[in-house]
Amino acid sequence: MTTTIPRHMQRDRFAPVPETQAARDEDDFPTIRTALGTTARLVTRYADVREVLGDAERFSNTGLPRLPTPDDGPDTADPRAGNLLATDPPEHTRLRRLLTGEFTVKRIRRLEPRITEIVDDHLDAMAAAGPPADLVSAFALPVPSLVICELLGVPYADRDEFQGRATRQIDLSLSLEERGRVAAESRAYMGELVDRAWSDPGDDMLGMLVREHGDDLERSELIGIASLLLIAGHETTANMLGLGTLALLRAPDQLAVVRDEPGAVAPAIEELLRYLSVVHSGVPRLARHDTTVGGRPVAAGELLVLSLPAANRDPAATEHPDDLDVTRAIAPHVAFGHGVHHCLGAPLARAEMAVAFPALLRRFPGLALGIPFDEVEFRSATVVHGLRALPVTW
Amino acid sequence: MKIQADRDVCIGAGNCVLAAEDVFDQDDEALVEVLEDHPGPDQESEVRNAVAQCPSGALSLVDD
Repeated sequence: MTTTIPRHMQRDRFAPVPETQAARDEDDFPTIRTALGTTARLVTRYADVREVLGDAERFSNTGLPRLPTPDDGPDTADPRAGNLLATDPPEHTRLRRLLTGEFTVKRIRRLEPRITEIVDDHLDAMAAAGPPADLVSAFALPVPSLVICELLGVPYADRDEFQGRATRQIDLSLSLEERGRVAAESRAYMGELVDRAWSDPGDDMLGMLVREHGDDLERSELIGIASLLLIAGHETTANMLGLGTLALLRAPDQLAVVRDEPGAVAPAIEELLRYLSVVHSGVPRLARHDTTVGGRPVAAGELLVLSLPAANRDPAATEHPDDLDVTRAIAPHVAFGHGVHHCLGAPLARAEMAVAFPALLRRFPGLALGIPFDEVEFRSATVVHGLRALPVTW
Repeated sequence: MKIQADRDVCIGAGNCVLAAEDVFDQDDEALVEVLEDHPGPDQESEVRNAVAQCPSGALSLVDD
């Protein structure tokens, strides 16, 4: 089958492709093809993206196209149960409130010592092995993977399996049936972990959900929640760390600011989130009625794909939006989304980055790209933009 | 300037706490708690930031 990458997932290195950027100035929302083969309208302006994401009454997360479910799958429950991104209020509110307490700013701060330990262990291993190294496989991917595994209660030893399945589910070179089968395998794997937590709940988040909310949650809902947290918890931060390091290596003055000025780290991370916008679009929204967005008409039943990188580079919201400037006054961004589905794990992602970037740059002050920039392989045909590898030396 | 926070609308994202830690906090369910509903002039810019970054629209500023 053809493997044309949907337009909202096409990138020119860090940026969305020029035709997606240009769509902000068009009179109408362009029609594009999604990764599931259906058509959708592409929304690219910052104000429009906020308008759609901020209004769950007009724009729904339910009834969206999905991967086919294999008839002979091991689990016949609704594959979308518990997936917060496939629910609307009030169902969404009920599920989200079970989890929010685990992701308060204070709770995440308590994890910082452990995050620091995990970061330092991986930097020690890199230093011991000596240069060169692939920063993605040695640091950017394993750090957030280990953090989310410990937090959730997923065996880190299984990471190759679940990461492989996560990648194949969104691999556009595979048939929809194959991707549906992989998705069913993922649910079956998480089902085993959920059953184990049900019979012997541990101190991790799966154990907490069983102990405190076991009576209010269906097994399939717990599987959905855990699957979403596992994927969302590492793919995103991992790609921010890889792409972010590359972007900083291209801007040595800004790299020095992040390395040497502790007070500059938090705003620098917001700027990297805005500039890189690793999540191409998140989940599309379905218009419930005929309506308008930013004055442009949208028909009932139309699917809207929100380009987060295009919105985050909208000159109407940010000056010189195509420049990375970690010293700018915090620019508003929708890298974590907006509205009721705003990223639940945002405080965790911010904490991981706030530990990882300065620690990496201080440990290896001579960190440099190990290959010419033109040869760095970007990987955009997945839900999250990133790098296949980042060869570095020091 | 007075801060109004609607806890029925709040989704517990925590952006306000990160933007203005002296003014906002979260309860055990992550819902917003306003520590200082009449912020001083020195806090105004961070409070405006917090309101702008609230993803759920739970925060607003009203004149006294």
